[in-house]
Amino acid sequence: MTVNADLLLRNGQAAPLGAVPDVGIDVFRNRVVAAVAGGMRLAALFGRPDADAPGAIRLVAVLASDSTSHLSLLRTCVERDYPALTPDCPQAHWFEREIAEQWDIRPKGHPWLKPVRFHEPYARGAGVFAHPGQGPLCGVTDFFRVEGEEIHEVAVGPVHAGVIEPGHFRFQCHGETVLHLEISLGYQHRGIERRLVGGPDARTLHLVETAAGDTTVGHATAYCQALESLAGVGVPARAQAIRGIALELERLTCHIGDLGALAGDIGFLPTASYCGRIRGDGLNMTAQLCGSRFGRGLLTPGGVRFDIDAARADDLLRRLDAVAADAASAINLLWNKPSVMARFEETGTLSAETVRQIGLVGPAARACGIGLDVRHDHPAGIFSFAHVPVATWHSGDVFARAYVRWLEVQRSVEFVRDQLRGLPDGPIAVAMPPLAPGRTVVTLVEGWRGEVCHVAATDDAGRLAHYKIIDPSLHNWFGLALALRGQQISDFPLCNKSFNLSYCGHDL
Amino acid sequence: MDATQLIHPLLALALAPLMAGIVNKTKSAFAGRNGPPVLQPYRDLWRLLHKGAVYSRTTSWILRAGPIVSLAAVVTALAMLPFGGTAAPLSFAGDLIVFAYLFGLVRFLMVAAALDTGSSFEGMGASREVTFSALAEPALLLALAALARMAGSPSLSGLLAGAVANPAVSIPVLLLAAAAVGIVLLAENARIPVDDPNTHLELTMIHEVMILDTSGPDLAFAGYAALLKQWAFAALLVGVLVPWRTGVLWADVALALAAMAAVAVGIGVVESTMARLRLVRVPQLLLAAVACAALAVVLVLR
Repeated sequence: MTVNADLLLRNGQAAPLGAVPDVGIDVFRNRVVAAVAGGMRLAALFGRPDADAPGAIRLVAVLASDSTSHLSLLRTCVERDYPALTPDCPQAHWFEREIAEQWDIRPKGHPWLKPVRFHEPYARGAGVFAHPGQGPLCGVTDFFRVEGEEIHEVAVGPVHAGVIEPGHFRFQCHGETVLHLEISLGYQHRGIERRLVGGPDARTLHLVETAAGDTTVGHATAYCQALESLAGVGVPARAQAIRGIALELERLTCHIGDLGALAGDIGFLPTASYCGRIRGDGLNMTAQLCGSRFGRGLLTPGGVRFDIDAARADDLLRRLDAVAADAASAINLLWNKPSVMARFEETGTLSAETVRQIGLVGPAARACGIGLDVRHDHPAGIFSFAHVPVATWHSGDVFARAYVRWLEVQRSVEFVRDQLRGLPDGPIAVAMPPLAPGRTVVTLVEGWRGEVCHVAATDDAGRLAHYKIIDPSLHNWFGLALALRGQQISDFPLCNKSFNLSYCGHDL
Repeated sequence: MDATQLIHPLLALALAPLMAGIVNKTKSAFAGRNGPPVLQPYRDLWRLLHKGAVYSRTTSWILRAGPIVSLAAVVTALAMLPFGGTAAPLSFAGDLIVFAYLFGLVRFLMVAAALDTGSSFEGMGASREVTFSALAEPALLLALAALARMAGSPSLSGLLAGAVANPAVSIPVLLLAAAAVGIVLLAENARIPVDDPNTHLELTMIHEVMILDTSGPDLAFAGYAALLKQWAFAALLVGVLVPWRTGVLWADVALALAAMAAVAVGIGVVESTMARLRLVRVPQLLLAAVACAALAVVLVLR
């Protein structure tokens, strides 16, 4: 079935697969480029095999219109190669590299076609990335080089001095000034998306929760909403409120931890040491909800698995007040300290124009004055009823990214407090019927790093035929690389921390 | 030679790690932590001395020479410092120049050893170390010159002898010289706001990144030399700031030791209450030290 009308969906609204407009590659390309030029955002662009078109790969684009709260889906069929979108739509840059790596299809004219995760392609095609003699090795590739006698190259990672995830960073420097930074990831690739195909089964939820361990609730919410939508069930109000509480606890906890880490990077000890402890208090609140400090096992398709009784709600409110008071006294030290502000201000600045061009999401985008927030733009679940104000700042530097986090901490505290005081009555879960066959759904959740996007499609038997996870880190890593241009190399750790992106969320 | 002349070198060798322990305790107190035991620096040195050293095949004898020569040079410099009424074992006209340049020798060897490894990190650290010390050196020399001129003695023993002749001139000169020496103390010993001794981030380090390839006993020597260097600068600062003498040997030494502990606490307080400077701003701080020292020179020449 070929339909050419636009398919407009809401966040978490399922549609028959056949209803997604199937167009030729030229029309597909033109429509995506025009839509992004017109202010929409490329939330996802990926390839998947299609039983209807053996030998070819379906490209699916998910365009988000943040002003009208709808998602527009588009698909096409390609074999071996197709004209790349990236030259006219930089937001597609990382997605097209991923498509080339996964399906061995060449986006012709892609300006920087390199592997993203260094794995064998899922299908043999055009032989885009040749690895003579051996399989792909992580980080073994050509890097952008600046030539010149006074230029030196600094390579950092994948093994780092701190206890952090592995990633490789290649700096082209002139003295202390960074001319260019290239980031090469893939060391954490586990093949999560491929393992989800054929599900859902007992493992599926746990795999999704660990897509990015610090965004457990974010990813689990997106997954549960997708499944509920595919199965056509509504979630009880009480479960939605508990999900919202867990999501905002995750946000405020991670933001407090980040602010402490930012202080630690510049050697400002008071905030650094107290925030480390307060983050622990926040994690313990999530543990009070479900027994896991990261919210593992709290959500389940159809609702949540743990209720909040009155005594626990009181206890959580008390803990929340303590966290809010402690965080305020530790974090407000930052803004009043000239030596801290001298480090934060005008470091790693991004312009709003750059953010729009490369499609940044989350606090990194909001710190450039762009009011992008899924909770506001594409509300679902509890956020359809309870409004959280969007926190923005205009300066686009490390200070802005830190300050937006602090604003969000305060608003998340307010939200959690309101929800705990007015928890709706009723059950916390409903039984899940089987998934409807041949349908697709896109769910967006504002995780603490930004937009978590899940795209699911079912086959004729109602199993998952394809599952795509897009962590906000996938959009934002390139933003970090651009933020470093012209900066001091000694400010890299500070800039890096101000984004604090996920390696495993990117590598999946 | 008088036996009391050996008091200061022995105290320095024994107590330099304790000073680092006091700094860490102060920082821990500000952070609301218990912190490591005050004797932890001794344990760290002891542990390192019992480890094997690893040498990269790309390095030469220079990497091995760095820590040993550094330690020897710092101990020699310590021998030129009088302390709390005890005379220095080594004293001659112009020893203050030798004192300053023994630390120059340490720097030269540590930088050469860092470059010897061929690592881009260590090269970066070496470049920063040389840049900043080029600005710290004039501050130290000018401060010493002002003090030497005021005391009318071309030797460290003479200029730290503790005679305050004309308070109207000498107190501003002492304060300005102390300010210069204090900033140089922070800069030369990898302290906040210039460097962060606790960071694990190679890209931001100065001193620590130069010894990334140093291990085992070599690291113990380099670390011990750094602790002694910190002691030497602190002792210099104490000599400038605490010129009073009671005439009773043990009381003078106790007073000087108390002042050393106060310097350690002061370093801890600075580190606990301010963030590190952006690296491009460090020269401005060092130029402020040079300006203080130059003003002191102008005052004594007037």
